[in-house]
Amino acid sequence: MSISRTAKLDDLPPPASVRRWTAARITGTALLCLWVLLGVGLLYFLISAWNPELFARYAPSYVSGLWITIQLVVVSVLSGAILSVPIAIGRRSKNRVVSALAYAYVYFFRGTPLLAQTFLIYYGLGSFRPQLEAVGLWTFFRDAWFCAVFAFTLNTAAYQAEILRGAVESVGRGQWEAAAALALPRWQTLRRVILPQALLVALRPYGNEVILMIKGSAIVAIITVYDLMGETRRAFSRTFDFQTYIWAALIYLVLVELLRIATDRGERRLTRHLRR
Amino acid sequence: MDGILTLLSFGPDGWSDEIARGVVVTVSLALATLPFGLAAGFVIALAKTSEEPTLRLVANIYTTIFRGLPELLTLFLVFYGAQIAVQQIVRLLGASTTIEINAFVAGMVALGAVFSAYASEVFVSAFRAIPLGQYEGAYAVGLSRGRTMQLVILPQLIRLALPGLSNLWLVLLKDTSLVSVIGLADILRQTGVAARVSKEAFLFFGLACLIYLALSILSSFAFAAVERRVSSNGPVR
Repeated sequence: MSISRTAKLDDLPPPASVRRWTAARITGTALLCLWVLLGVGLLYFLISAWNPELFARYAPSYVSGLWITIQLVVVSVLSGAILSVPIAIGRRSKNRVVSALAYAYVYFFRGTPLLAQTFLIYYGLGSFRPQLEAVGLWTFFRDAWFCAVFAFTLNTAAYQAEILRGAVESVGRGQWEAAAALALPRWQTLRRVILPQALLVALRPYGNEVILMIKGSAIVAIITVYDLMGETRRAFSRTFDFQTYIWAALIYLVLVELLRIATDRGERRLTRHLRR
Repeated sequence: MDGILTLLSFGPDGWSDEIARGVVVTVSLALATLPFGLAAGFVIALAKTSEEPTLRLVANIYTTIFRGLPELLTLFLVFYGAQIAVQQIVRLLGASTTIEINAFVAGMVALGAVFSAYASEVFVSAFRAIPLGQYEGAYAVGLSRGRTMQLVILPQLIRLALPGLSNLWLVLLKDTSLVSVIGLADILRQTGVAARVSKEAFLFFGLACLIYLALSILSSFAFAAVERRVSSNGPVR
């Protein structure tokens, strides 16, 4: 107080601008209160519906379901990544037939629902049981888990091929020309010059693709694979307790958010040389 | 071969009429969801680009939730959650009738929520691509905020957002297949019934895939036409 009395008016810092209660602020605050209310309500519901017996019975199956989900996503994303390379090369091929085939593959798997593809493989291939038995593949296609992995691999390969192709094409032609001028062989150009730049561009789409696969993997519950969603459905059908779904939702949300944050961090770390 | 043609014919022995009805359900569900999803997505995008921090936070919570949940789980949450909520209310009122939630409406709400969350991202990046000078110019010639939005920003926004939105439409079209799980007689459900009855699973699920493919191709033609139409006045800026 003593300072304000002695100092001249000019020396004072400008007064903090008053945040007035505009219409936007009122709406925002009201909606925020609504979210908080919903969150508190949810918390209250989970606490009031808390049932140690239920938890003891279903928590292990949720964990095993989550593990199945993670396995499913990791296996299919990795095998999809391998499969996507020839498809991406095929898309860029100068041979019209090859590029048309690769395009048709990508178009088919991106243009149809994953659920329909999974049904086509799990139920549809049952029509070819004698033929599959003859080549010894029936044990593979009889199992719902393998069918799901197979369908997801084919599906994600199509998306990943497009990500890869887009990323490689985002690298300027000058990079190829400069590498050629240095007499680098094609393979080395790709490995040392093009891919390091392309994969940076591809990082975020790849992260999104993994998130989409995690979310998409919930549909395997329909073909009797007991992943997180499958266990949730089983628990709900036995208890008719809605908190089973709430728990699953929370687990999925945390999983996806963690992955998103990790992708963000990774991207920021890897592109630190590009920022000023 | 004859057997297959019979199965695919219209009429009592064939399944084409049932499947055609499924196509109508799928397309009408997607078309019914679209306007709500677009409107909600636009409003959320406005909130996200707002200067008011509380509004931004509210919108971000919404998109985090609906982009993070699997679509199938969202659908179940809406379908069973609404059912339980309605039942509780009915019980509170003293009646004891069971009320079924319409699967179509549940699908619309769930898919609309997911669509709007993704659409808001598309709109936000479109908003960011419009230079500030457009607003300043509009205010300088005395347009109100509403008129600026309507006459200056929106026409550019549509052009910028169209590619992203057309992608989301294709995603929506594919996501409608999930409602077959809660009992709506869409393409996948009808072909599934046909597959089970006729024991020709590959034929019918293959047909389902081809129908979805045809719908995707048709929509990309439609979007190409819309794109030509909105960009006929020359490129943006």
